[in-house]
Amino acid sequence: MSYRVKRSEFDDILSKLQEDYKIYAPTRKKDKGTFSDTDLVLYDRVSSLEEIDFNSKTKYSPKEVVFPITQTLFYFNGDEYIEAEDKGEKVLVFLRPCEVNAFKRLDKIFLENGPQEDIYYKRLREKVKFVVMECTEGFDSCFCVSMGTNETEDYSIFIKVSDEEVFCEIKDEKLTEVFADQESTDYTPEFIQENKQQVEVPALEDITTDLFDSEIWKEYSKRCIGCGRCNTVCPTCSCWTMQDISYQDNENIGERRRVWAGCHIDGYTEMAGGHDFRTTYGDRMRFKTLHKIYDFRKRFDIDMCVGCGRCEDVCPQYISFVGAIKKLNQAIKEEKNNG
Amino acid sequence: MSENISLPKPYKITDIIKETEIEYTFRVEADLEVEHGQFFQISLPKVGEAPISISGIGDNWLEFTIRKVGKVTNEVFELEVGENLFMRGPYGSSFPINEYKDKDLVVIAGGTGVSPVRSTLKYFYENSDSIKSLYLIAGFKDEDSILFEEDLEKFKSEFNTIYTLDKEKIDGFEVGFVTDHIAKVPFDSFENYNVIIVGPPVMMDAAAKEVLKNGVVEEKIWVSFERKMSCAIGKCGHCKIDETYVCLEGPVFNYTKAKDLLD
Repeated sequence: MSYRVKRSEFDDILSKLQEDYKIYAPTRKKDKGTFSDTDLVLYDRVSSLEEIDFNSKTKYSPKEVVFPITQTLFYFNGDEYIEAEDKGEKVLVFLRPCEVNAFKRLDKIFLENGPQEDIYYKRLREKVKFVVMECTEGFDSCFCVSMGTNETEDYSIFIKVSDEEVFCEIKDEKLTEVFADQESTDYTPEFIQENKQQVEVPALEDITTDLFDSEIWKEYSKRCIGCGRCNTVCPTCSCWTMQDISYQDNENIGERRRVWAGCHIDGYTEMAGGHDFRTTYGDRMRFKTLHKIYDFRKRFDIDMCVGCGRCEDVCPQYISFVGAIKKLNQAIKEEKNNG
Repeated sequence: MSENISLPKPYKITDIIKETEIEYTFRVEADLEVEHGQFFQISLPKVGEAPISISGIGDNWLEFTIRKVGKVTNEVFELEVGENLFMRGPYGSSFPINEYKDKDLVVIAGGTGVSPVRSTLKYFYENSDSIKSLYLIAGFKDEDSILFEEDLEKFKSEFNTIYTLDKEKIDGFEVGFVTDHIAKVPFDSFENYNVIIVGPPVMMDAAAKEVLKNGVVEEKIWVSFERKMSCAIGKCGHCKIDETYVCLEGPVFNYTKAKDLLD
């Protein structure tokens, strides 16, 4: 069921929704960007239409709603571990189709991989509903169409804003009541069909371990500085490290947390005693690239990368992930010709 | 709600055996189903967690041989008999003991690599009828780093043993790396056999190449990996190599799989 809502009335809808949900959406923070006179676009809680930036890509993805940067798993108290409680807040998050698809990738790791669902992830994930913002143009670094993540059916509300009106398709019956007074319309969601960037993802059988020490990765040993920005902005990077802290007032009492980790960052593989793996940045670029477009697919039948282009947007060395895939394709071609 | 499998549980320490200056074996009371080659997450509040392989399995106890090399293990060394060691597990794959039965078995272990294979060795020491022969090549850096001296001495009566130190010459030990002694194993005389190789990555690579050179086929080789892990249950990502999670599909791998696990 679709509705058209006057912009002036949409805040009423948001306030009704806020009775049950915390609402997160892209917001623009004036002059908070990295460089002078630039803005920072990031997720924040919103209560009005005015606050939502429908036309920009956030620097960080919305994954924090289910996978916080820091999350307490246990409290310890002398001789006992106590499982951290769940605050239990329901969340509505405004996002794009590629980002909904990114949640599906996180689900694979946290809910399907290993012997059991991750209970900390699950209890946050169960409370999240998606408000998908129509995205038919994309941004310069996007390649969601190539990754097949440009469309989604998984949403509670699909939304398109114009100068005067807001068009909403409501799939979630629990939310239709909020729109009951609005005029119905025949709005149907549209999805982007062509990005500015395109890339062909290699077939599984074309990637062999011979490509692991291909020359193409060496370039990244020189360019990558191991800052891990690509990991932190990625909507599908799901790695984390266990971290214990104890309180200053009583050091026997404290918390066990999980914190984001990144495969580009020093220490990611380092074991006690100092032995580590993938010491060159080129090896790390290879590891990440193949995880995003190859080995995740081997395990879960879908690629991990959703083509949002954030890694390219934030890289201080202007490393393009599409560029890396293209180089890999070239290396595969050369391998075949030589083989 | 389902049980939280990240929740560490206390296990009472009943014995601490000093193997070397920096390696102690901790015995804890534990009545759990575990398999040879699996591991636990040792989990100390305030300090953190570390994956440690099981070095001994008893009726109602488990042993862990821990090297004092990091934040967590330093703290473990502060624990005393009677105190609790927090752990969670067991996790991971194990050595396929039944597959080894009634065949010849060659075990090549270097340094702390002896730990994950020690319970397998003890099993076949106590059940020597269930194996045709067992060749054990155990190597250590020097005299001070020899682990499980009593066990090594006992094993001589049931196994064909070659013990070696990298450079030193002392009684009962050869000189050289484990790889230097692989050719002494009479692979030609075996009808059906398996080879276990456990140790530092460089040693495992070298030993695998050496046994392959001696005509062993890949399917008969078993190795055990060691990687950084935060969760041990397939969520944290640290131990992943290609599409394989060492915590889930490993740490014990057949060489046909392990040879393609390039970090």
